[in-house]
Amino acid sequence: MVEFALPKNSRITTGKTWPKPEGATNVRKFQIYRWNPDDGKNPSVDTYFLDMDKCGPMVLDALIKIKNEIDPTLTFRRSCREGICGSCAMNIDGINTLACIYGLDEIKGDVKIYPLPHMPVVKDLIPDLTHFYAQHASIMPWLETKTNRPAKEWKQSIEDRKKLDGLYECVMCASCSTSCPSYWWNGDRYLGPAALLHAYRWIIDSRDEATGERLDNLEDPFKLYRCHTIMNCAKTCPKGLNPAKAISHIKKMMIDRAV
Amino acid sequence: MNYLTDRKRAEGLGASRGGTHEHWQAMVTSMLLVILVPLFVITFGLGLGGSYEEVLAYYARPCPAIITGLTLVVGILHMMREVREAVEDYMHGLAEKLMLVAVAAFSYTMIAVGLFALVKLAL
Repeated sequence: MVEFALPKNSRITTGKTWPKPEGATNVRKFQIYRWNPDDGKNPSVDTYFLDMDKCGPMVLDALIKIKNEIDPTLTFRRSCREGICGSCAMNIDGINTLACIYGLDEIKGDVKIYPLPHMPVVKDLIPDLTHFYAQHASIMPWLETKTNRPAKEWKQSIEDRKKLDGLYECVMCASCSTSCPSYWWNGDRYLGPAALLHAYRWIIDSRDEATGERLDNLEDPFKLYRCHTIMNCAKTCPKGLNPAKAISHIKKMMIDRAV
Repeated sequence: MNYLTDRKRAEGLGASRGGTHEHWQAMVTSMLLVILVPLFVITFGLGLGGSYEEVLAYYARPCPAIITGLTLVVGILHMMREVREAVEDYMHGLAEKLMLVAVAAFSYTMIAVGLFALVKLAL
């Protein structure tokens, strides 16, 4: 049965409140989820204060400032700081998004930062994405061909290339999958919006010759049909993609070949 | 401790090669209900307020009786599919299997009872 309440050892407590910066007039409050697997304590929410006159405009700038100047134990992933790598995905102000491209001016009031929901936490803001990546690997995210390799290249028309727009841009940040209630309840069997968007990206690729096998591998009440078109994925995607639309296209292809 | 690889965990038992028929049937019943529900509301509304004999005579006519019967069968079959989805979402293991059987039994019983009542009214 689905658990609607957090287990006892996951209940969040009030954590440490760090002092306000001295002499600052433009101060902002940050409430950040903390959990350390080594201390055996429950997760907590620590409170930090930043002088916004000395801070960059993005949430990631604030996190880096906190880590550099206030609390070096604060742990989070980040790399490209321009929305390409997908590393800094986290739940900011109740929305799964990328900290590097989410502006602090988009948030009203205190800034509340949590790890991506419904995922095991490795530490602080770092979720364990092992299963998420394994699901991605299971949809065979590569070009499958049976025809002998051409001398030069696999050709694709401009029209067929356009079909990949809105699909290839996905950076696998997991914001969509971790915002999906179906993925929360059945993430062990449901592939989730990100993996299904990638699956469709290869199904619709005119050069790919494994369309039937790909559809076979998705035809399952859980792997594909757990999507109930809730649309949280499309609403939260920091890249503005629409995984729900890709999933509906897969379902349509399933019907086209069966009915 | 379970030493399964991440990939094996993700693959599970593989795809069951099913679900498309159920999805198509749910779409078909949805489309039918878009037509049937307004017709049912109109025919049911026209029959309201009459005496027992008048209602018996009303449902002895083919149009109200057939619309009511179709709405009953298609509506309950659609409900059964949607409830089954909810059970599969929120329950797992033996409890899920037992609940799916209970949902099917309840739905078919509802259809049988409804049709029996309708036939008794109509004939």
